[in-house]
Amino acid sequence: KLPSSAYINWDTYCPSIRPGLWLLSLSPQSASRSYSYFTSPMAKSPEEQHPVNVVGWAAEDSSGVLAPINFSRRATGEKDVTFKVLYCGICHTDLHQIKNEWGNTIYPVIPGHEIVGVVTEVGGKVLKFKVGDKVGVGCLVGSCHSCENCANDLENYCPKMILTYNGIYHDGTPTYGGYSNIMVCDESFVISIPENLALDACAPLLCAGITTYSPLRYFGLDKPGMHVGVVGLGGLGHVAVKFAKAFGVKVTVISTSPDKKIEAIDRLGADSFLVSSDPDQMQVAMGTMDGIIDTVSATHPLLPLIGLLKSHGKLVMVGVPEKPLELPVFPLLIGRKLVAGSAIGGIKETQEMIDFAAKHNITADIELIPMDYVNTAMERLMKTDVRYRFVIDIGNTLKH
Amino acid sequence: TKTRTQSLKERERERRKNMAISQDHNKAFGWAANDKSGILSPFHFSRRENGDNDVTVTILFCGVCHSDLHTIKNDWGFSQYPIIPGHEIVGIATKVGKNVTKFKEGDRVGVGVIIGSCQSCESCNQDLENYCPQLVYTYNSRSSDGTRNQGGYSDKIVVDQRFVLSFPDGLPSDAGAPLLCAGITVYSPMKYYGMTEEKGKHLGVSGLGGLGHIAVKIGKAFGLKVTVISRSSEKEREAINRLGADSFLITTDPQKMKDAIGTMDFVMDTVSAEHSLLPLFSLLKVNGKLVTLGLPEKPLELPIFPMVLGRKMVGGSQIGGMKETQEMLDFCAKHNIVSDIELIKMSDINMAMDRLAKSDVRYRFVIDVANSFSSAL
Repeated sequence: KLPSSAYINWDTYCPSIRPGLWLLSLSPQSASRSYSYFTSPMAKSPEEQHPVNVVGWAAEDSSGVLAPINFSRRATGEKDVTFKVLYCGICHTDLHQIKNEWGNTIYPVIPGHEIVGVVTEVGGKVLKFKVGDKVGVGCLVGSCHSCENCANDLENYCPKMILTYNGIYHDGTPTYGGYSNIMVCDESFVISIPENLALDACAPLLCAGITTYSPLRYFGLDKPGMHVGVVGLGGLGHVAVKFAKAFGVKVTVISTSPDKKIEAIDRLGADSFLVSSDPDQMQVAMGTMDGIIDTVSATHPLLPLIGLLKSHGKLVMVGVPEKPLELPVFPLLIGRKLVAGSAIGGIKETQEMIDFAAKHNITADIELIPMDYVNTAMERLMKTDVRYRFVIDIGNTLKH
Repeated sequence: TKTRTQSLKERERERRKNMAISQDHNKAFGWAANDKSGILSPFHFSRRENGDNDVTVTILFCGVCHSDLHTIKNDWGFSQYPIIPGHEIVGIATKVGKNVTKFKEGDRVGVGVIIGSCQSCESCNQDLENYCPQLVYTYNSRSSDGTRNQGGYSDKIVVDQRFVLSFPDGLPSDAGAPLLCAGITVYSPMKYYGMTEEKGKHLGVSGLGGLGHIAVKIGKAFGLKVTVISRSSEKEREAINRLGADSFLITTDPQKMKDAIGTMDFVMDTVSAEHSLLPLFSLLKVNGKLVTLGLPEKPLELPIFPMVLGRKMVGGSQIGGMKETQEMLDFCAKHNIVSDIELIKMSDINMAMDRLAKSDVRYRFVIDVANSFSSAL
């Protein structure tokens, strides 16, 4: 049974997140047609689609249980970079997608879009990479290259952008993510990883990093002396704190769990900590923040957060609650405040973010796990029991 | 006990005497609402003496803003009766205090939505009095000395010179009055949210009422392509032929809405009835901005996915500072922008409010105050 969000008219409001299917101009009613395309005897199985044999871990249904799978990738095309995957971060989106919580998952799904590794082969027309380079791939592996957004290095807003997994590639085959031993990607979507960044700890930057770096820059929350709040101290939140501090911004972590306070201040470097369920603390902090990065994807009230903003302040959502939230209009008008959203970043900005992280020694706080721990990791992630990102040690533990 | 009662009575007598003195010196007359039925009726009161920084304005015209209706009916829950509404005031300066430099007697002046601020905070120092935490609204408010402020449905008003506007020669007093609220309310966010930076951007205006029709005119003057977004087609011909809108989008037509997806750089939402923001969001291009100006009673529904996936935003705005309001008046005078009005007498106000509640006006009522009261008195 699909969740109610499946009946959001995806092709109308968010064509890009139903990649490939939107090309067929589907509405939810005919979605069942598309699913049967992939399960009909005429369609090729994941193993047969391409010439190169690859192993990975996939979920076959909305239980979300991951298990080993043999599948295939395309041979290295003239613009492609092929690399051996060493590490892959576990993003909360992976959990949403394997359980089909957004109603758009094509099974079998091989998640993973925080992928790092070492180049093993490059196509004839590849200019930027050579064998042996350390590289990464984030949430995107393709776009149209011809629209206004692509021309402005905003591939992440291209209506035809192709997601690293659960997408449909230019050749019509599904895309499979980084919980696998080999990755093939178009050069223009590959990120170069500087030497001084630890590969395992920098993998999460490819999604969590760019997701928080981009709005801090775009909404001008990167000026020294500004005061920025970060709501939620998880994968996104802890990286947001690190970037904001590196920009010279004063950071307040806003959280429902008081027990994260010591870590937030001592280890991550936040300037202060606000328990959002404590009305007295919230009252004192009202009207003190230039901006807030909200990383929380559970449904939560926006009114108290809007109250924390100074006049002309900005509340930026990077977490995605499924259901619409209530927007109190009066405080927006009285203080000329705004609520905005932001999704990852373009490739150029992702590279800029990685270089910035290398310069300021910013990596994620990770828990490195073997491949076969992944289902347990997903269960712990559901309970947000991780400081602050799981990273799968693909290179050493993904068995053929 | 007898002494205490006597001293209480004495104090009461003293207080009434003081009120009478002030009443004698600056008697005023207007129409006020006394309770949340919102019915307005004649009301005698007094204004303060004209201080050194003050300008006394004999009121010629006052626009009827939808906020006036919300306030007299206590829709927002903070009305303090009796209330004389009205914050789109045009009149003649009849007295100026000795410190007043910007105006002299006989000048045509305007008074808008605000009449006071702290004048010393960061917002005030940046000409953003409208965001001062100690902002004083023209009516239904209290000044720092405790006086209750009454609005422009009256014969005169006394205002600090900083909050008085010079009414440009090219602007007619009656049709220009609504600019003092509706005009600045749409002009300010157009500038702040970057709609005026490049010509040819596409603006959608949701709701064609007092705010909406002025947004179309000012938007066109800034070189924007303007689409009016409305529930019904009855206003279509007017919007295009008279107001100059480039196109008209009916929200209840699914095919037209689908074709318009992702075509607008900006949307200004002037509707104060409860509605979902999802259809308006879908009209925005990537990085599009939705500016909400209407004042609904309840929170609106904000869909997060489309906002995040398109880096879209929804922002608010409230009137403008005094400097910007003057700039807006001069801009409108230059571009011949005035409101479309229906002139009424003060005695028709209750009927006008009933019609306003049903959006039955093209597009602002303006009270001919000077001609209403001369006959009343």
